[in-house]
Amino acid sequence: MTELAPTVDLIINSRRRRAGRHAVLLALLIAVVLALFGITLSVGQSFTPPVEVIRVLIGQDLPGTSFTVAQLRLPRAVLSILAGMCFGLGGVAFQVMLRNPLASPDIIGITSGAGAAAVFAIVVLSMTGPMVSILAVAAGLCVAVLVYGLSFRNGIAGTRLILVGIGMSAMLQSVIAYILSSAPAWSLQEAMRWLTGSVNGAQLSQALPLFLALVLFGGLLLSRTRDLEALQLGDDTAAALGVRVATTRMLIIVCAVGMIATATAVTGPIAFVAFLAGPIAARIVRGNGSLLLPSALVGAILVLAGDYVGQLLLPSRYPVGVVTGALGAPYLIFLIVRVNRTGGSL
Amino acid sequence: MTTHSFAANRLSAGYDDREILQDLDLTISPGKITVIVGANACGKSTLLRTMSRLIFPRQGQVLLDGKSIHQTPSRKLARTLGLLPQSPVAPEGITVADLVSRGRHPHQSLFSRWTRQDDEAVDSALAATKTFDLAERPVDELSGGQRQRVWIAMALAQQTDILLLDEPTTFLDINHQIEVLDLLTDLNRARGTTVVMVLHDLNLAARYADYLVAMTEGRVHAFGTPEDVLTEDMVRQVFGLESRIITDPISARPIMLPIGRHRMASNETAHVTEKEEKRL
Repeated sequence: MTELAPTVDLIINSRRRRAGRHAVLLALLIAVVLALFGITLSVGQSFTPPVEVIRVLIGQDLPGTSFTVAQLRLPRAVLSILAGMCFGLGGVAFQVMLRNPLASPDIIGITSGAGAAAVFAIVVLSMTGPMVSILAVAAGLCVAVLVYGLSFRNGIAGTRLILVGIGMSAMLQSVIAYILSSAPAWSLQEAMRWLTGSVNGAQLSQALPLFLALVLFGGLLLSRTRDLEALQLGDDTAAALGVRVATTRMLIIVCAVGMIATATAVTGPIAFVAFLAGPIAARIVRGNGSLLLPSALVGAILVLAGDYVGQLLLPSRYPVGVVTGALGAPYLIFLIVRVNRTGGSL
Repeated sequence: MTTHSFAANRLSAGYDDREILQDLDLTISPGKITVIVGANACGKSTLLRTMSRLIFPRQGQVLLDGKSIHQTPSRKLARTLGLLPQSPVAPEGITVADLVSRGRHPHQSLFSRWTRQDDEAVDSALAATKTFDLAERPVDELSGGQRQRVWIAMALAQQTDILLLDEPTTFLDINHQIEVLDLLTDLNRARGTTVVMVLHDLNLAARYADYLVAMTEGRVHAFGTPEDVLTEDMVRQVFGLESRIITDPISARPIMLPIGRHRMASNETAHVTEKEEKRL
């Protein structure tokens, strides 16, 4: 403790290095999102030169090109980014808070709950617009509370919560399937949206609820980054560090469910994006700072890239959820095998 | 360093319908090392958890400077009262420096930036626990002893005047147990930190404690210096074990030698048989 003066500089440097790496990684992820955004706008069934894309974006009217870029591609790309961010951020919040990558909202039934409510509202009640989102958020919260309540016994045990959640998810999936199958004249396109998630038929007006959810819930969540970092060390340690564990957890759940459910109400439950974004971000960040923003960006990348692959690079057209689902399922199996061995956390 | 009064006052606590602590009084001596011992399920962990506000008491209070800790704002409390729980979780891939810096949580607010004071606290915590050279290493690569030192460093970075530890030596090899207890003693001597911990090993407890608390059935059975508390009668009443207490030639503290039914030199066997007979 006598040699305090020189060593503290090493600590400061080490902290700045971590912050620097975090900034670089964020910049890289943003660059990838922008690159994918650009590709989605310019390279589709036909190629639109970047110059023309920009001219359309700043409001010029180019016959034909304007329709392709502004009406077809732009809403799709914007919706992909916003929904991806919502899924990524909501997913990682759950995973970090419950210290288990399997505790993602799409595994423990929250996404299916929001999806079931949205399908019910649209098909049975013939509702549209913001009411669907509100109902989806409410249903997501109900499922969260229900799963939480059912798995509560002398505190929350992660495994019990996940098992209860998987059961809940299976049940709600069958509700979605039931409503869809009993609906008259329901198109396959629409059905796919509610079963695996899709950005087909995207409209720019749908971006507004997503944007609001991101600003409101995402902002609130980001303001709690430090509390989340304390919760990562275990509930007891977090409490010892002065975090009000129960209150903070409620707040995080509300924020995460708010984002996940809003996104689900618009694009359907895009399979495994919430589940994959956090662990992928963790591999990228490798201990250099918070996972929240990186996970949001990874979520955007997953949806953008997944949709692009599904639309253009596969022999036939698939909705984005089919592609992300194909990516996520093997990882889920890998995780279950590994968690069984190590009880690993995020 | 300021001295704080810290006491449990007629404390009752438990889980569900099981009452574990019953009407317990305990005053912790400031600037000293107090070690709580007792058989499994005697309530020693529950006492520590209640005194660190992880459990809300049914009756009674835990008083820090005369104020109930369960009514003190949690962030403010966390600047005076630190706790190292039994099994903290290290997130995958986190580095030592990052983990230790999380101990600064109660000193930071939503918009406050990282200050030089924070860096100095982290630095001195790493130095005190001799983990400075590990600062850039991921915690999951460390040995059990190193890892425990890192967790203690995190608790030190919190810079609390009182530090509670729940079995800080569990799962450690004997050399690392001694290392951790020496470290806590250094800390107590150098900074005057009040240390309260639960230990499993009676002899290590007697060696390192200024005051021993022996608990049984949710009550304080005996409280005092190791010499006063670690007696053959206490071991029999609290642990149901026959034993001999001798003086440790190294620390001059009492040391407990258990008497089982086997492997005894002949005169010791006679000694026990005689005692057994007397009781019958």
